[in-house]
Amino acid sequence: MLTFPAVSLRFLSVWRRNLRVWRKLMLPSIMGNFGEPLLYLLALGYGFGQLVGDIGELPYMVFLASGIICSSAMNTSSFEALYSAYTRMTVQRTWGAMLDAPLNVDDVALGEISWAATKALISSTAILVVASLLGLVGGWQAVLVLPVILLTGFCFGACAMVVTAVSRSYDFFLYYFTLVMTPMLLLSGVFFPLDQLPPLIAQGAFLLPLAHAVEVVRPLMLGGAPTNAGLHLGVIAAYGLVAFTLATAILRRRLMS
Amino acid sequence: MHRARHGVMGETQTGALAVEARGLWKRYGSMDVVRGVDLDVRAGECFGLLGPNGAGKTTTLRMLLGQTPPSSGELHVLGHPVPREARLARNRIGVVPQMDNLDPDFTVRENLLTYASYFGLRGDQLARRVDRLLEFANLDGRTQAQIQALSGGMKRRLSLARALINEPALVVLDEPSTGLDPQARQHIWQRLNMLVEQGRTLILTTHYMEEAERLCDRLAIIDNGTIIACDSPRNLVAAHIEPHVFELRGHGIGEWEHRGGTMAGRAERVGDTLLLYTHAPEPLLQALGADPNQRYWHRPAGLEDVFLKLTGRELRD
Ligand SMILES: Nc1ncnc2c1ncn2[C@@H]1O[C@H](COP(=O)(O)OP(=O)(O)OP(=O)(O)O)[C@@H](O)[C@H]1O
Ligand SMILES: [Mg+2]
Repeated sequence: MLTFPAVSLRFLSVWRRNLRVWRKLMLPSIMGNFGEPLLYLLALGYGFGQLVGDIGELPYMVFLASGIICSSAMNTSSFEALYSAYTRMTVQRTWGAMLDAPLNVDDVALGEISWAATKALISSTAILVVASLLGLVGGWQAVLVLPVILLTGFCFGACAMVVTAVSRSYDFFLYYFTLVMTPMLLLSGVFFPLDQLPPLIAQGAFLLPLAHAVEVVRPLMLGGAPTNAGLHLGVIAAYGLVAFTLATAILRRRLMS
Repeated sequence: MHRARHGVMGETQTGALAVEARGLWKRYGSMDVVRGVDLDVRAGECFGLLGPNGAGKTTTLRMLLGQTPPSSGELHVLGHPVPREARLARNRIGVVPQMDNLDPDFTVRENLLTYASYFGLRGDQLARRVDRLLEFANLDGRTQAQIQALSGGMKRRLSLARALINEPALVVLDEPSTGLDPQARQHIWQRLNMLVEQGRTLILTTHYMEEAERLCDRLAIIDNGTIIACDSPRNLVAAHIEPHVFELRGHGIGEWEHRGGTMAGRAERVGDTLLLYTHAPEPLLQALGADPNQRYWHRPAGLEDVFLKLTGRELRD
């Protein structure tokens, strides 16, 4: 039975709990946030860049930077809502303690997904800083990428939460990575433009949210305005809301049986 | 057990009910786990739920907390209809779960602060309350310790302290002393007594008859999802068991089974032990005294005798 989630502001205490844990390991965590994209940008950007040359008018590094901002949001948020949230649900029984207090399943799910989105925001902010230091950003409009990333992070956190909700072990996540995340990562215009692909596949890519995020983020990074931004953002938001509703319904059945 | 009741906690006037359950039923698939439980827990009392493994104790508690909906039946907890207003009820309930779920990502003190935040509690007043609870749990020397570094007893004490963070009117404890050594258990008992004296209502499950006998004003024995007896420990013993029990062991018990059986009111053979139950111990004491080869133990009847009589001696698993 699909009933809409009953959310309350109590979800913030779940979000804050995760923030407090993150703060304990903030330094290495942030270093990772900066280091990894820097490595990707430099290695792929220089390495491929020489081979690929420019894409349209864009140097490959500039093209890649906006793609990696989106894919990093997807990865960060998904990992948090899969492995970390699953650990808190099962091994650590952290959710059990929350449900003994006046929180309900929907609060916990919303808190976890918002936290996953926040981590996506942190990692993408780091990439944005790195990209602008490397001169890969075209204008102030790039700051508008951040709210888009927050929405994208929420969307992927919610999708991952559906997987977490049905998982009986960590191994199950591999299906999600192999069947959904990896194809999406490769076919959403992160590493190369979609028009390189057969038209059917290129159009198919827009059935999934990552391509829409890239479509909005790339023009913003260049200092321009995205076309059809409302449509793209609408698709991402719709995915997020549907996944969130589904995740809470499954989790309620799982945890309240 | 008689306790002086002071420290009235608002809603715990005599006569008020902390929990009122009618026809509580829980079905999992084709299995009926709780079958028509009626329960009245009076405000300010310590109420025990006793039952073999799988009897439905935890499931009953989870229904009280609004953590799983009953298949049917009516339930009020602290005046709130549950599960509809479970969140409001849980605001005033403290929970010590059967399995510890302390947060391994935090220290002892941080565990209390974090749990408090789930209730929306914060500020100076909270800091003072946390200090007080750490003292209450004898953990004031370990406030910065990681959870993994605590002994089982310390974890249990921290769980109890955590359950009190919201100054609950009702504390629900699922096997609070299972797995603890005698010292740790005595400490928990003492603390639970203090809570009752503060006027809080306690509901606890246990497999320890001594614990139930010492702590509980009243208790319910639950088996296969139904309550088969409910009263004070003393009344249960008086109602179900002869006051004197003789336990006989050794080669001679075959002979005593018949002889003792006629002298006592009731005889029961359990493995290599013969149990004789009687209202009048004198004749048996004399007869057994005249048989120097027969070892025996004469003791008053207790709750365990009631429990085993009512729930049987077969293993449950
Ligand atoms: N979510 C569930 N799904 C299916 N069956 C369940 C579920 N929860 C409990 N049960 C079953 O319900 C029965 C009662 O379980 P419960 O945990 O309430 O027993 P208990 O009295 O607390 O036992 P114990 O003393 O071992 O803790 C058991 O047979 C258990 O397997
Ligand atoms: Mg149990």
